[in-house]
Amino acid sequence: MQFGLSESQEILKDNARKFFAGECPINHVRKLAETGSAYDADLWSKMAAQGFTGIIFPEQYGGMGMSVVDLILLMEEAGRALVPGPFFATVALAATVIDAVATDAQKKKYLAPICSGETRATLAEIEAGAGWGNRVGKKMAAVNGRLTGEKLFVPDADVADFLVVTAGGGVFAVQQNAPGVSVTPMPAMDLTRSVYAVRLDNTPAEKLGDASGMERATDVATAALVAEMVGGMQRILDMSVEYAKARKQYGKSIGAFQAVQHQCADMYLETESSRSAAYYAAWALDHDPAQAATAVSIAKMYASDACRTVGNRGVQVHGGMGFTWENDLHLYYRRAKASETMLGDATFHRERIARLVIDAPGSRPQEVQESYRSAL
Amino acid sequence: MDLNLTAEEQQFRDELRDWLKANVPADWSAKREDPLETRFEYLRTWQRKLFDGGWAGISWPKEYGGRGASLMQQVIFWQEMALAGAPPMANALGLGLIGPTIISFGTHAQKQRYLSKILSAEEIWCQGFSEPNAGSDLASLQTSARREGDFYVVNGQKTWTSYGWIADWCEVVVRTDPNVPKHKGLTVMLLDMKTPGISVRPLRQMTGESEFSEVFFQDVRVPVENVVGEVNQGWDVAIGTLMHERGTFGAGLQILYRRNMERLIELSHELERGGRPAAQDPLVRQKLAQCYAEIEIMRLNQMRAFSRISATGVPGPEGSIQKIFWSELNQRVQQVAQELLGPYAQLASSSPYAVDKGVWAYGYLRSRGNTIEAGTSEIQRNIIGHFVLGLPRSY
Repeated sequence: MQFGLSESQEILKDNARKFFAGECPINHVRKLAETGSAYDADLWSKMAAQGFTGIIFPEQYGGMGMSVVDLILLMEEAGRALVPGPFFATVALAATVIDAVATDAQKKKYLAPICSGETRATLAEIEAGAGWGNRVGKKMAAVNGRLTGEKLFVPDADVADFLVVTAGGGVFAVQQNAPGVSVTPMPAMDLTRSVYAVRLDNTPAEKLGDASGMERATDVATAALVAEMVGGMQRILDMSVEYAKARKQYGKSIGAFQAVQHQCADMYLETESSRSAAYYAAWALDHDPAQAATAVSIAKMYASDACRTVGNRGVQVHGGMGFTWENDLHLYYRRAKASETMLGDATFHRERIARLVIDAPGSRPQEVQESYRSAL
Repeated sequence: MDLNLTAEEQQFRDELRDWLKANVPADWSAKREDPLETRFEYLRTWQRKLFDGGWAGISWPKEYGGRGASLMQQVIFWQEMALAGAPPMANALGLGLIGPTIISFGTHAQKQRYLSKILSAEEIWCQGFSEPNAGSDLASLQTSARREGDFYVVNGQKTWTSYGWIADWCEVVVRTDPNVPKHKGLTVMLLDMKTPGISVRPLRQMTGESEFSEVFFQDVRVPVENVVGEVNQGWDVAIGTLMHERGTFGAGLQILYRRNMERLIELSHELERGGRPAAQDPLVRQKLAQCYAEIEIMRLNQMRAFSRISATGVPGPEGSIQKIFWSELNQRVQQVAQELLGPYAQLASSSPYAVDKGVWAYGYLRSRGNTIEAGTSEIQRNIIGHFVLGLPRSY
């Protein structure tokens, strides 16, 4: 048993960190954050050239065929750098669904150009009044291969070449420039990942498969999001520790005061615990399918609360500086808040865990149950 | 990254599992309620059985009677002990802390004299570290030892001494030089608890039990050959002992928490809330799911830490997050148990109405000590702040 990164995983993570530090430094993120879509075509082609856009997809579609753990390490570094734009929407959301539900011919058509970096995509799921549990697409009508209805909170829809849309229990691909598509910004807290309302009016669509086949893909996306959150938490922690060392009051670093130091210690605990949960969720998705859903929900539940708390502590440690527009902290703070809700907040995932482990004993460890029974 | 057991680990687990199946006494749950002395004799017999089976002191090197087990094997050992519902070992401190200290710092003669009797539970050990005025700030301790010929004469008081009332021997930290900075004048000694001048008073805790005691020393004569390590170098020896305190033992704790969780889930199906099973109440579900998830994260944090230690060989200051995590988590789980059981949660074992023999009332009170024993949460956060994050020392 070895719950640590292998040498090749360390190298992957290290390379990704260096790549983002060089190609996507925080001042660049800031500039992109002011553009609305926060998309940089040049950065996108460099990421594609690294193989990032095809990291977990089969080699026959031009992907790298790597594991979910590898994706998670990449996402962690993307989160640390606060990489803006449609990477998460394209790779973790849309492409994983295509890979899970589409036919071979459809994967050649839709997945291959994502792997090569030619196209970007996103996933349109949420409808008015619905939450994360609703993937059936009740309010999106699918009639004779044409879709009519509205999807909300669709990430990066304006720079996506096509959308993966849930409608009436099915999953469809819709070209963004097809007739009847309108994309309207929903200005929100996160300046580095924009969300949109997407209206379809009798829009031609290609059915990829059934929404029932999306569960694991959504879990992969959720684990990827948790990893990105871990990277963000780590950056907030690092910035806060740095600030607590440099900032002096009463003749000493404020980090010497326990009230400040213990905030940092708690940020460390919350970040590391989120990381443990994210890595395990990824490993379970690769190797232990029976535990994967529970592991993913545990990770998202914990990280959703932790990323908010770490953000709060980080701002507090920074004092007035943490509340300014100039300081980079709020960019991370905003992303953390958006990620907390995305794909289900802590309350949503606690209920999912309850369904998995309280309503049915199946996903609780068998040996503990036997141990408990024999002690009666 | 591979969370499955290796073939070798699996073989170790199967062998141990079979042995435990054949040897764990069936009457332990009944003996739990026994008075301390009889219970202790029971645990001594159990440790002897483990010793005879070759399972006592598994982390110790083979040359000293141990098994030379790898770190992962130790983790498996504590997990399997917990899964089998095995009783604790009588000489827990001797096996976990004092034996390893003697192995690291002791003389050949000390190793010959003490180690095998620690393993067999023939001699029970306690640890004389904390004092009334030296808790978290251990190095400020005042118990003194003055050299007189071939002896040291010890005067002073120790407190929070676990098993002090029953121990045969004590690893004690004393001040041998009061004229140097506080960390530099300390010495570690092995002290026979039957030496004249020692008196022990059990300390009754919030739960009503007496796990620890106060120990008083009045002109207690300790032979010079009982010094461990160098005179006035005792701080290094003491820290060595304390590093063992955050060993692999926690791996078993996680199993005990999971067993508690099994029971709480079962109770949630039996107990009613608003005319339906509590397991259907959205708030109960939220709280149980939170506990379940955090216990899993405790396991994962431990596994990551054990993997790191097993790769680097050094238990680092990062271990402090495990201590914070298990102690604060147990308090949260015990509180959820109180809420789930309602008024029944408070019943003591003597009440015929008590659920689970009053274990939840006991567990709630006992958990208050978790964030204090083995280094308070505040000290653990200081360790993280200073030694892990590199913030200036705050004290």
